[in-house]
Amino acid sequence: MIRTVFLTACMMLMSPNALWAENIKLAVTTSFHNSGLSEVLLPAIKDDLELTVQLLVVGTGQALRLGEAGDVDAILVHSRKAEEAFLSAGFGTHRREIMYNDFVFIGPVDDPANVGASETAVAALQKIAVARSPFVSRGDDSGTHKKERSLWQAASLETGEFGSWYRSAGAGMGASLNTASGMNAYIMADRASWLNFGNKGDLALLFSGDPVLFNQYAFLPVNPVLHPHVRNDLALKLEEWLIGDRARELINSYTVSGETLFIFNAGPND
Amino acid sequence: MTELFEGLKAAFLLLVRLDADLVEITLRSLQVTLSALVIASAIALPLGAILAVRRFRFRRATIAVLNALMGLPPVVVGLCVYVMFSRSGPFGVLGLLFTPTAMIIAQVIIIVPLIASIAHQSLRDLWAEYHDLLISLNTTQRQRIATLLWDGRRALLTASLAGFGRAIGEVGAIMVVGGNIDHATRVLTTAIALETGKGNFALALGLGFILIALAIAVNFAIHWLTRTEVEGRW
Repeated sequence: MIRTVFLTACMMLMSPNALWAENIKLAVTTSFHNSGLSEVLLPAIKDDLELTVQLLVVGTGQALRLGEAGDVDAILVHSRKAEEAFLSAGFGTHRREIMYNDFVFIGPVDDPANVGASETAVAALQKIAVARSPFVSRGDDSGTHKKERSLWQAASLETGEFGSWYRSAGAGMGASLNTASGMNAYIMADRASWLNFGNKGDLALLFSGDPVLFNQYAFLPVNPVLHPHVRNDLALKLEEWLIGDRARELINSYTVSGETLFIFNAGPND
Repeated sequence: MTELFEGLKAAFLLLVRLDADLVEITLRSLQVTLSALVIASAIALPLGAILAVRRFRFRRATIAVLNALMGLPPVVVGLCVYVMFSRSGPFGVLGLLFTPTAMIIAQVIIIVPLIASIAHQSLRDLWAEYHDLLISLNTTQRQRIATLLWDGRRALLTASLAGFGRAIGEVGAIMVVGGNIDHATRVLTTAIALETGKGNFALALGLGFILIALAIAVNFAIHWLTRTEVEGRW
């Protein structure tokens, strides 16, 4: 008898899931998700719009690919050049800027390359290259990685020519921070991921505040002409909410360890 | 080292509080893996028996390929399933990507070669024993396969449990095809990967201990249900 009941219970467990309420698939970057902001925004969106946002947490490169293939309804990423390429190829309908945060340089507390005293982000990178201090790069073609490469370029340095001190982790923000923490290396991270990171070890925030480090997040609905099945109506509804007053208040008032992480700056369509 | 104890503490706290999210992802882990196990066993066990009983042209090659596929890299399987079920792929219209169904499909592909190989190995020995008897009784092929499957059920259970073990701890494939969506496709292994990424090693380890306990519990349950190792019954 017990066995029969147990087997029936197993069968019920295997039956298909109940149908979901209205939901939208949104590809977001790891840095956005690690910030914890989504845990504030998602419940509010559910309350106001009765809409469940299913987050796919990937790098910007993969997020754009998911959008191109029509596997998500919209994307929220932070790499302007890649976004513009995405739009000009017709994969998205438009680009809406929502908010920005900033990148920071993390490194060993004793700061062997003296990055903390730098005037600009580019100067900081040059110091690391001169000192040949270990530096962990995301190496996954994400928005953060693209930003880092553009900064090395601005410093007229070629990452391909670096020695073994330049280590390409090929992983998300959190995993790369773990690597940097394990090797006591320098790394560029977004402020939100850093503040929320639980395995800081001997690392500390050494440099921030250069305007080139500002990091603009934009919302791009996937083009329903290419992929008729995407829920463009829901994407527009979500966008409407994201540029509204409720979102402004929640985004601007979100803090971790007393620091404001995101600044709301929703603007007109590009 | 202290992290291990922190992990044990985290696991204990999660269990005591019967954390709602934990229950959800644990049940989903079980749902996905057990479904995959049932489907894969239904394919792989008869396949193993056919390979033991029938003689055909490419039998040796089939067995060799099956053995090689035991080491199928999950990430590659995940990527293939992703490409097939992506909206721009051949099965895109089904809309199965980022659902538990896609995760089940990926796991079935991963564990079928494993279960079939182990099943074939043990049924081959059994077939050597039964060969003369079953031939002299003038049995049909179907009857021979049925006899082997029934009499070899204990060994086949081991084959299935090996498949379960591979599927429950798998993260590469289901991360790609499931997407680790909260309240939709998050399971224990992807949650562990996520918490590791956040640097929350204690919580990640805690979830890991729960995963191990779950695997042990399922194995015990299956042994109990099928009454193995009971005195006088073998």
